[in-house]
Amino acid sequence: MIAALPPLEDLPRLPIDRDGPVFREPWEAQAFAMAIKLHESGLFTWPEWAEALSTEIAAAQKAGDPDLGDTYYQHWLKALETLVLAKTTLTVDRLESRRRAWRKAAERAPHGEPILLPEDERD
Amino acid sequence: MAEHDHSHDHAHDHDHPRLSELQLRVKSLESLLVEKGLVDPAALDVFIDTYETKVGPRNGAGVVAKAWVDPDFKRWLLRDAGAAIKSFGFEGRQGEHMVALENTDRVHHMVVCTLCSCYPWPVLGLPPVWYKSAPYRARAISDPRGVLADFGTTLADGVEIKVWDSTAELRYLVIPQRPAGTEHLSEEGLAGIVTRNAMIGVETLSYPPKPGVETVA
Repeated sequence: MIAALPPLEDLPRLPIDRDGPVFREPWEAQAFAMAIKLHESGLFTWPEWAEALSTEIAAAQKAGDPDLGDTYYQHWLKALETLVLAKTTLTVDRLESRRRAWRKAAERAPHGEPILLPEDERD
Repeated sequence: MAEHDHSHDHAHDHDHPRLSELQLRVKSLESLLVEKGLVDPAALDVFIDTYETKVGPRNGAGVVAKAWVDPDFKRWLLRDAGAAIKSFGFEGRQGEHMVALENTDRVHHMVVCTLCSCYPWPVLGLPPVWYKSAPYRARAISDPRGVLADFGTTLADGVEIKVWDSTAELRYLVIPQRPAGTEHLSEEGLAGIVTRNAMIGVETLSYPPKPGVETVA
């Protein structure tokens, strides 16, 4: 069963099959889900999202992205980060320090144990 | 590779980053959004779960069905799962280092790992939410029969259960037993009754499928 979604035809190059969106890797589905949920909760409108995404795609193409479809969700993630930074109190510094913290957590987690980020490392 | 019960020697994993840069970015953004109350993690999980069959090529059910009808393919699959799965026409970075485990009347295989990075999602689609949970992993090792019972799966007393710990290099595909009463089904029809849970080894298959069972094909 596929959940109800905003109009996907506003997102021209979205990878889909006959049922709807498809993903190459799990993180793509996570990035997709976050955008849909943030739109549902009203953080941004759907036209705002479509515009943020097409801006990222245009910028990537200008920078020489061959645009074979395999980078679509990288642009999606960039657009999501940009929009979240613009619409919330989150800052670039906070996002970057959180990435460093997760990277460290991932490096020290033994295999077979979940990667956890303790409270006191959450800046 | 020689068959062995699950091993805790994972020192070799340290050569590989556990999370890619893109995974790190997604995880970072998500954790901050959750802490700010902008995203409900449970709602996110439920939503993502509806796409469980939409990630990667997900050809596991087809592979199992072919193994059921084609003994040569099954031998190949058990000997070199990576190559046999690849013959289905997909290249999967994470699907390549695969070992197929055949369930029989004497032995039942079951696979655990806490991380989706150690789950053969190109073959199986997204892992179920419970698969990543710490209680599932701990109990799968300490009380596999109890976990199976939670899934409504009871095995005969004499059946040996082997629990396999998936690693970044080595992932497993369980070939469930072909259920009775499926002699008339085509390979495609057979693929339609193979479930994700059966390919993890927490479920046995029956035909017609048990009500409420979702197939992956």
